[in-house]
Amino acid sequence: MVKLSVNIGGVELKNPVMTASGTFGYGLEYSDFIDISRIGGIIVKGTTIRERQGNPYPRMAETSSGMLNAVGLQNKGVDHFVSEIYPKIKDIDTNFFVNVSGSTIEDYVATAEKLNDLEKIPGIELNISCPNVKEGGMAFGTSCASAAEVTKAVRRVYHRSLMVKLSPNVSNISDIAQAVEYEGADSVSLINTLLGMAVDAEKRKAILSTVTGGLSGPAVKPVALRMVWQVSQAVKIPVIGLGGIMSAQDAIEFILAGATAVQVGTANFIDPCISTKIIDGIEDYLVRNKFNNISDIVGVI
Amino acid sequence: MKKFILDLELKENSILDKKHFLLKLTSPSPLPPMLPGQFVQVLVKNSQEVFLRRPVSIHYVDRERNELWLLIQVVGKGSQKLSELSPGATVNLLLPLGNTFTLDPVPQSRLILIGGGVGIAPLLFLGAYLKNNNHQCNFLLGARSKKDLLQLTEFEKYGTVYTTTEDGSHGEKGYVTQHSILKSKSFDMIYACGPTPMMKALAEYASETGVYCEVSLENTMACGIGACLCCVTDSLDGHLCVCTEGPVFNSKRLKW
Ligand SMILES: Cc1cc2nc3c(=O)[nH]c(=O)nc-3n(C[C@H](O)[C@H](O)[C@H](O)COP(=O)(O)OP(=O)(O)OC[C@H]3O[C@@H](n4cnc5c(N)ncnc54)[C@H](O)[C@@H]3O)c2cc1C
Ligand SMILES: Cc1cc2nc3c(=O)[nH]c(=O)nc-3n(C[C@H](O)[C@H](O)[C@H](O)COP(=O)(O)O)c2cc1C
Ligand code: FES
Repeated sequence: MVKLSVNIGGVELKNPVMTASGTFGYGLEYSDFIDISRIGGIIVKGTTIRERQGNPYPRMAETSSGMLNAVGLQNKGVDHFVSEIYPKIKDIDTNFFVNVSGSTIEDYVATAEKLNDLEKIPGIELNISCPNVKEGGMAFGTSCASAAEVTKAVRRVYHRSLMVKLSPNVSNISDIAQAVEYEGADSVSLINTLLGMAVDAEKRKAILSTVTGGLSGPAVKPVALRMVWQVSQAVKIPVIGLGGIMSAQDAIEFILAGATAVQVGTANFIDPCISTKIIDGIEDYLVRNKFNNISDIVGVI
Repeated sequence: MKKFILDLELKENSILDKKHFLLKLTSPSPLPPMLPGQFVQVLVKNSQEVFLRRPVSIHYVDRERNELWLLIQVVGKGSQKLSELSPGATVNLLLPLGNTFTLDPVPQSRLILIGGGVGIAPLLFLGAYLKNNNHQCNFLLGARSKKDLLQLTEFEKYGTVYTTTEDGSHGEKGYVTQHSILKSKSFDMIYACGPTPMMKALAEYASETGVYCEVSLENTMACGIGACLCCVTDSLDGHLCVCTEGPVFNSKRLKW
């Protein structure tokens, strides 16, 4: 038996495979296809203090080996999560993290506070990197000062594991990672989507209602790998790697580059069973290469 | 309804005209329950350019032959690739997805099923289902010209068929919304699928005449199972998820 479990910022995951926010709903959407309790961790949809309708349709454009989205954090708000969603997921045997988003520091803090008391939510993922909202969102994640400020404010009120999700739309991601580590983040996840754009030549119009949107999928993988490798050299807290993971091999590449755990996002749309296939594939890889413990291969590059 | 991920075998790929083809898919085991209005997400394999699955309506389910039929229009790279599949090929699908049309209208209701272009696809399965449940269907099918009217003999099995063509080569000349049947007869219920301008005109007709009208939307999708919220449509109650709360909606609920 190989040991697949990992610890990320105080939370024990049964394996290093998580599903990425905004791509896996609340997990339940996938339960006809897989046993979601096999997954190491599930990061639920971006959640804000109040309900948000998100951006107008069209919010999605397919691109070469990827897609752009401009959903804009549509969600029913944190109170709805607490009263309606939490009771449905709390007894599922995996780790649910709530992806917390906001426009102001007060919003982030208020949302995090409401999640403190949920026994079965061991941590939050602070989304300071959403490119699809006008105010706040990514703006917090693109300077060290604001990333530090929001992390510090949330750290003060939130007592469980704090994962901060970093934006790739910056010139030096390691600096941002160090800034949030210094302010008390327990782990960092990266990358969120890369700011991009798609044009319909025949209609001579941008495809997305918002013109720009966030790029995800295999197209971003080399960029994500590079950033995971850089950040893992720069910080001591665990790094959770994501961006374009479509297979166990992709996941292993992130782990070798320095990720303690990974998240699977867009790939879930193409194969709703992919997360469990990746868990099996990682185990096979360890057995085949005679490793006893997943930690043996973390950051060997 | 439980959703499945299945590999089905392509039994037949019939080219109906330059732009349309009909796939008949089967499986060694019985196909799962599926209902009219629902759709599938088709994986397009071996394509450098196609990344996401493609949503396609369930055109018909032949339980005796254990066949799922998909009627597809070639509009771009994914549909082109699917049109090239040969019998024996394996096609991976998520199904059944989305809600259904109203399947239990009041007995004796005067029903009209209106389709434009490839929007006729879900109406065959719906018509067959309604006929089996002792309802009488009228179909009003519109296309550019006679050669673009697809599957007429199939529709004729399940009800009376009226047609319009833009060039007048079959049925009445004009758009479906201009057909005289909509003036000469009254209906209790409209089921519609087609281009947005057609559905919008029908939504207006329905609100003027007080007829209950259901439309099936074809928004672009990523997941098809309610996880990404890419597919929303605007409604009086805010953004609705087309792949789970639809694709079929009461036309009154939507903002046109
Ligand atoms: C619930 C549902 C049911 C559907 N049922 C059927 C069906 O039974 N038969 C059928 O032929 N099609 C159906 N469609 C539409 C079908 O999904 C698209 O035509 C298909 O995805 C196009 O893929 P493609 O790769 O061929 O085109 P692409 O190369 O992706 O696109 C080619 C062009 O078509 C446009 N386009 C693509 N998809 C859409 C869309 N959904 N709405 C408007 N414009 C679009 C693109 O903007 C582009 O200009 C359905 C869609 C939905 C959501
Ligand atoms: C449709 C969609 C919605 C997303 N919503 C969120 C979100 O609410 N919060 C967040 O932090 N990231 C969100 N993301 C970003 C993903 O979690 C992930 O960081 C990104 O897609 C890169 O990973 P991938 O290539 O594996 O998808 C979203 C991505 C997609 C495609
Ligand atoms: S397509 Fe993903 S929610 Fe509808």
